[in-house]
Formats: sequence, C-alpha cells, structure tokens
Amino acid sequence: MNTFNYERANAPEGAIHSGAVHGAKFLAGGTNLVDLMKYGVEAPTTLVDINHLDLSQITSTPDGGVRIGALVRNSDLANHSTIKTQYPLLSQALLSGASPQLRNMATTGGNLLQRTRCYYFTDVSFPACNKRMPGSGCAAIKGYNRIHAILGQTDHGSTSGESCIATHPSDMCVAMAALDARIEVQGAKGKRTIPFAEFHKLPGTTPWVETTLRPDELIVAVTLPPAKFAKNAYYLKARDRNSYAFALISVAAGLEMDGSNIRSAGIALGGVALKPWRIAEAERVLIGKPAGAESFHQSADILLRGAKGYEHNAFKIEMVKQGVVRALTLAAQGTPEGIQS
Amino acid sequence: MSVPTVDELEGAEIAREEKELEKNGLHFELSRRRFMQASTAVSAGLAAGIPGSLAAQTPESTRAITLKVNGQSKALTLDTRTSLLDALREYMDLTGTKKGCDHGQCGACTVLVDGRRVNSCLTLAFAAEGSDITTIEGLAKTTDPKEIGDLHPMQAAFLEHDGYQCGYCTPGQICSAVAAVEEQKRGELSIVSLHTGKTEHPEMSDDEIRERMSGNICRCGAYPNIVAAVRSVARGVSA
Repeated sequence: MNTFNYERANAPEGAIHSGAVHGAKFLAGGTNLVDLMKYGVEAPTTLVDINHLDLSQITSTPDGGVRIGALVRNSDLANHSTIKTQYPLLSQALLSGASPQLRNMATTGGNLLQRTRCYYFTDVSFPACNKRMPGSGCAAIKGYNRIHAILGQTDHGSTSGESCIATHPSDMCVAMAALDARIEVQGAKGKRTIPFAEFHKLPGTTPWVETTLRPDELIVAVTLPPAKFAKNAYYLKARDRNSYAFALISVAAGLEMDGSNIRSAGIALGGVALKPWRIAEAERVLIGKPAGAESFHQSADILLRGAKGYEHNAFKIEMVKQGVVRALTLAAQGTPEGIQS
Repeated sequence: MSVPTVDELEGAEIAREEKELEKNGLHFELSRRRFMQASTAVSAGLAAGIPGSLAAQTPESTRAITLKVNGQSKALTLDTRTSLLDALREYMDLTGTKKGCDHGQCGACTVLVDGRRVNSCLTLAFAAEGSDITTIEGLAKTTDPKEIGDLHPMQAAFLEHDGYQCGYCTPGQICSAVAAVEEQKRGELSIVSLHTGKTEHPEMSDDEIRERMSGNICRCGAYPNIVAAVRSVARGVSA
C-alpha cells in the first residue's frame, strides 16, 4: 500500500474542499476502498475521513418519501422501521448482501460507489484491464468470465467491440434502481440531484468512468419517492452459496396491485451489467394485466433483449429469464406477512 | 598525507571481514551482507529525498494516535496505513484477534467498535480513534479469568459445546456471536427473518444463527458446534 495523508472532515464543505485535491479519496466505511488499497488497485495520496459528518439521518420528505443520509450504515438502513415496512425491497436487498460485520461498516453513499469484483480488475498482476489501465484491454472477454456481464457491455456506436464486461456488485443499488431513487450530491458549486438511472455509466469506450459524479462532489443523501411496493416486493438473489457471496444474477421486483391486476411495476436486475439493469418497457407491458406467468415472461424477454453470453456465463441468460418470472410471482404473492406489522 | 575518513576506516574493516568470510566459505553470509549494504544505501537515498525518488513524492505518514481498547487508552505512533487489526496485534500485544484473509472475507478479525461487530482488517486504526474497541481479551467478566464462570457466557458456551477445532477463527466467531445475540435481542432482522415473515421478534432458529454468523468462516468445519454454542446463549439455556 502507498503512503497517504489522513484527515478527518467536520463539515461537508471542508470535506469537499479536501476531497477535490488530485489523488484524494473520501473514506466512509472503507470496506471496498481499504481492500482495494491493499491490492494496489487504489492508491490515494490523501484519505478524507467523512465518518464524522452529520449525514446519518433517515427523515421523511414533504412529498411522503424518505431521505437517507449518505453515512447511514447498511445494517441500520435495512432495520429502519420506515424502510422495512414501506420499502421492504430495499431491506431485502441490503440483508442479502455481504456479512453482518460488513453491513455494520458499509454506508449508503459508499455502496453506490462500489467497484466491480471482476478478478482481472482486482488482481494487478493481470496487465489487461481497461478500468485500471485505460487502453490495456479486457482480460475477462477471453478469460474466465463466469461472473461477468451479459447486458450493456457493447458500445453500439462503435465497431471496436467490448471494452469491459465487468458487473456492478451492489445489491442495494438494484433495489434503489427499481424504487426510482435519486442521489443528492454536493459540490463546490452547490447541490444537485441525479436520477438513479443516470448515476452509473455503462462501459462504452471509457469503462474507467463509472459514474456521473464529478471529482469535486460528495454524495450527501439518497431520496426515495413515496412507497408503492410495500405490499408486493421480492428481491431474488442467485449465488454460489446461500449467504455472504456476490450475486450471479439478482432481480428486484416491486408490484403495485389494483385488485388482481397490476397498476405499476419496478424491476431491476443485478449481476448482469455494469449498472443495475432496468428497461421501462418491461414494466409497461405489465400495467393493467393480471399477475401471471405469461406477462412475466414477456417482461423477462424485454429485459434480456440484446443479451450476449460468453464462454462461462451464458447460463445467466436462462437464469435471468427464470429469475424474473420467479421474483415477480413471489412479489405478486405478497411480501411475507410479518413485514406489514 | 590525508587522514582517512570514518567511512574509509569502516570500508577497510568491512573488506577485512569479508575476506575472512570468503576464506571460511561463508558465501551466504557474505551475500546477505552485501545485499544489506546495498539496500541501506538505497533507503538512505530515499530518506534524504533524492529528487525523483519515491521518498520525494510520498506523504509523511506516521502520526500520534490514542486507541481505547477494552477500557484502556493507549498512546501510539502509527503509520496511517495501519489497520486496526495490525494496531491491536503488532503494537498493543493483543494477539487474540486473528488475521485470516486480511480482506474482509473470513471474519477472523472481528472486534466490537462502539458495540458493533466489524472487520478490523478493513478498519483503519486512525478511523477507529475515539471509539470504544472491545476485543476477545476484553469480553471476560474479570481481567484474569481463572474459572469458566469468569468468562463471558459466549466464551463459556464455546468451551462447553466444543465450538472449534484448531481455534484460529474462534476469537472472531465469539466476538461476532456476542454481537449477533445482542442484535437479535434488539429485534434486528436478517434475510431469513424477512423470507420467513418473522419480522416482529425474530427468534434464533438454527437457520437464523447460520445466516447471522455467515460472516465468520471456519475451515475446520466446526459449524454444528458453533451453532450449538450460539443457540445455548441466544435461548438462555446452558449445555
């Protein structure tokens, strides 16, 4: 690990000022950043510890939604009374990820900025990784690509093919995408809000640019609109072991029911692309229809349009197809009873 | 005639010693010495901040820190890169906390920071300054436990249920289990509580214990006995 300056920030303005210096990084939970520093993937010259900023509140918003401070820990968010009763999809996703120890450390803002778990990215002994070394290539395309992307990896505007087939590792983000979250950021020039779908970027020809966050900006909160899926939500996660493992694929499914018909839906996929995968049309086709396998299959097919498997991960296409139908079926059956109390 | 400098005198001395080593066939010792001399010269250059060298570009990284562990504050001087785990083991003689993977994947390094279980390998010591840290050494009821009754109930339960084989993961398992029982008592949920719909007062079923303890890996596979130990404490029944 390289040496670095360590400083504690007491106010967002001070943190933003210190964080804007070239080579500086914000330190929140540290579960991903400190790990990558040990591997030599990250080498900040200054760590600005933001853990003492007052960004740990969960509050109601005037429109009936909820605002989650960027430093709210994953375990606290999952167990917050409003989240578990009104946004059970988010509680389920959070509690499906990592371990209790890591969830006690990991923050809402940090989770948004998790880096990929692609082995070729994490292990610096592999010379080819366009994320680490722009222009060096992608070792995963012809390597061992079992955990890699099947969607969004091709740049349709170019003929140069894929630049990166990594996936985004977060569970929390998949639920937040389906819930239409917005991200509040603060920079030297003031605050702005980024819709969730515009926050993470697909690789395109610049896979090292992962978000639309600017270098001088700090995530201060995530807001959720009024809850629609409190009664019908299911987060399905398929993985190699039943706990403490990243998703091969995951499906966040929320349904707003009108009797036996679907009034609205939110569906996002994890483990398949460099960002949570959401297609508006896959939700639109469900509106006004009864909950049933036929329309759920249609949704799955739309989500999988343009999917491309590689040597070791083609199984993900079928897994998503079945996963979407299963998650929507379980969501339609209702969030387990106890959650409503 | 010029007076020899100290360096020249030392150089002559070293040359004599090396000739002696060579004569006695001690080639390994000879090459070790030459390597040490070469690397000393390199590090001297670094310390002097020779232009273009690494030392000129890297920030000063050693600072004073006070860590409060098991109720006692200790003032140390640490490199900012030091993990809480290394601070405990290498600088505070608290070697009960173990280093397994050092990457947040095994849980052997689990300690309690302000009562919450965390991976000390991914916690920077400086980020933990100002917090109350509890390690396996601080769990027992007395500072010098002599009998099983002096131990924390979870420590006693691991003994009673034989919750380990090699014992390396045990301090992390016990710290984690102590927090897991507290979390369950506070009504905190796991994914098992959500999937079974038991979200009001989740009970410590064996499925709940396995899920809530999944951040601690045991390569010996002592899991059945670990679950039994946690079960006995969580349900308030002794062996």
